[in-house]
Amino acid sequence: MVESQFRFRSDEPVADPAVTVDSFGEQTNAAAVRIEPGDDARELLPHLDRIKLVEVNFPVFTDGRGFSSARILREAGYTGELRAVGELPVDHLALLRRCGFDALAPSNTIDPAEAEDAFNRWPDVYQATGDGRTPIWALRHGAKRNG
Amino acid sequence: MYKYDNYDQAMVDTRVAEFRDQVRRRIDGSLSEEHFRPLRLQNGLYLQLHAYMLRVAIPYGTLNSAQMKVLGDIADRYDRGYGHFTTRQNIQYNWIKLDETPDLLAELAAVEMHAIQTSGNCIRNISSDQYAGAAADEIVDPRPYAELLRQWSSFHPEFLVLPRKFKIAVIASETDRAAMKLHDIGIRIVKNDAGEIGAAFYAGGGMGRTPMIAPCINPFVPLDHLITYSEACLRVYNRHGRRDNKYKARIKILVHELGRDEYVRQVEEEFAHLLTQNIEPPLAELERIKAHFTDPAFDASAPDTLDLSNPAFARWVKANTAAHKQPGYVIATISLKPVGGIPGDATADQIRLMADLAKAYSFDELRVTHAQNIVLPHVRKADLFTLWQSLEAAGLGTANLDSIGDIIACPGLDYCSLANARSIPLAQKISERFAAPEKQDAIGELKLKISGCINACGHHHAGHIGILGVDRKGVENYQLLLGGCEGDDTSLGTITGPGFNEDGIVDAVEKATEVYLANKQDEERFLDTYRRIGMAPFKEAIYG
Repeated sequence: MVESQFRFRSDEPVADPAVTVDSFGEQTNAAAVRIEPGDDARELLPHLDRIKLVEVNFPVFTDGRGFSSARILREAGYTGELRAVGELPVDHLALLRRCGFDALAPSNTIDPAEAEDAFNRWPDVYQATGDGRTPIWALRHGAKRNG
Repeated sequence: MYKYDNYDQAMVDTRVAEFRDQVRRRIDGSLSEEHFRPLRLQNGLYLQLHAYMLRVAIPYGTLNSAQMKVLGDIADRYDRGYGHFTTRQNIQYNWIKLDETPDLLAELAAVEMHAIQTSGNCIRNISSDQYAGAAADEIVDPRPYAELLRQWSSFHPEFLVLPRKFKIAVIASETDRAAMKLHDIGIRIVKNDAGEIGAAFYAGGGMGRTPMIAPCINPFVPLDHLITYSEACLRVYNRHGRRDNKYKARIKILVHELGRDEYVRQVEEEFAHLLTQNIEPPLAELERIKAHFTDPAFDASAPDTLDLSNPAFARWVKANTAAHKQPGYVIATISLKPVGGIPGDATADQIRLMADLAKAYSFDELRVTHAQNIVLPHVRKADLFTLWQSLEAAGLGTANLDSIGDIIACPGLDYCSLANARSIPLAQKISERFAAPEKQDAIGELKLKISGCINACGHHHAGHIGILGVDRKGVENYQLLLGGCEGDDTSLGTITGPGFNEDGIVDAVEKATEVYLANKQDEERFLDTYRRIGMAPFKEAIYG
């Protein structure tokens, strides 16, 4: 199992080994799956009720497809652990959180103080991304800030 | 024009703090150049041949005089006393020091400006019609829609690591002055038969090494779906755009390879899904933004006549002003293309003077055009002569808008690390060759555009005459293209044949104009004649 340096869930981390998207449909006892950049996250949607962990791999920080994969899963109602793994620069941490990741397992080491700054840097956000934060356009028209 | 509220200001201030931290980490070595590169690019900072270059965003090309003044001061304080206005309606500084950049960005933030997403593989600064809010032929002012999109695209967490850069243009006029169909997404605000306002979307246009004209992908997106539909377009691109080859990574290649219909099908599917996700700002937000773009307090009794008895003034009025929607007013363009000058360059003093003139004569507003000129959008006809005298005195009175002297050129090999050939000296030579006013007047409208490499920053594909600089066995070589056009009848130029050296290309341009003048019928422009008679007579004259 990949150890998450940052985790925003109170349940126990899922220890099951993650299988590939290709093989997941056939392995009916698997509860953890790993999405590579070229995989279609939507193939998992029929199986969301048995998934406890989705790992989304970022083999290089310059490939941003995993951001869309994460949002697609959250938009479909997936509430299990969503873990980003791979090359995750400190400057991407807040973006990953905004796209719905609640566990981050960077292969590189991130200074905890710098990570703390990154998570807390943006007081507000311009977009609704399903992460529970109230966008600025809603605040302007009477909504209250969440979280 | 749009004014930041506390939220907008906090976003920009936060970005300055974030970048200050990134620069600190780069300088102390904890951030490698490899990892710093995409971060600095998303703040408009390039490492060029001689120094860092900073590109400052001018959203939809609109700015006020206080902002313009700061751009002049920055040119003095952080550059060598000048700035360079670009084809993306932005300004670039070519001699920037990394450690000073955070302070520079803080000065910009103090006047509601920034360099956010002016580079990098993300949604770039949104461009628009430089005559927005003033043009006689517009349906509505396109800028509120561009501002709505600016906020949506700023720091969008899903779309900051796209396959490649992504450029959006928004227009709302009959005439396309923003090369809308040559953008990754072009949006034309339209009115349907029921009189409702909506947005026609075009996707997959672009220049670069594989120029393409964007097909229409949706003729009418309702205004309360603008963001949701844009998000669908971007998500399909982020997921399926090619990442194996950076030269095939723009959305134009995806649309081309999938085919327009299949791209549309995927977007519609994603759009239907996203409509269930409540990501669209309420129309009240669009109304809030629109309230910033109401007309200035025009003088309804402003005289609608002009005294054109001064021939030099009359010539400038004819070349550089356009019809305004308000009687008694004109749109005036300040040419940054003096004979022998560097297209788009202005000194710090000239920038500050243009700021003062905007304050005195144009309700505090200026625009930057994609043709690298400056517009004063709302000038009283009664003030025009005084304005022109001030411009003349400062070397800003060149009367050559859309003529052969009004050349678009990229920075080229003088500055750019990607270039194969110099663009600026060639632009200077051509403008000198055609310096005589009577020569320019005889040729009339002729848009000449020069790029120093196939990335096409100088829009050579869209020039009536286009010039592309290439490297031929270590020697600069220039190819000639004819028949490109950026407007409503968008077309891409065709290469005439073998390339030329620097003097040869100037001669070839002159021969092309001679063929035009010899064949011109009635009021035909160069482009019209070319389209009628075709390439053959030009080829014969140039190579025969």
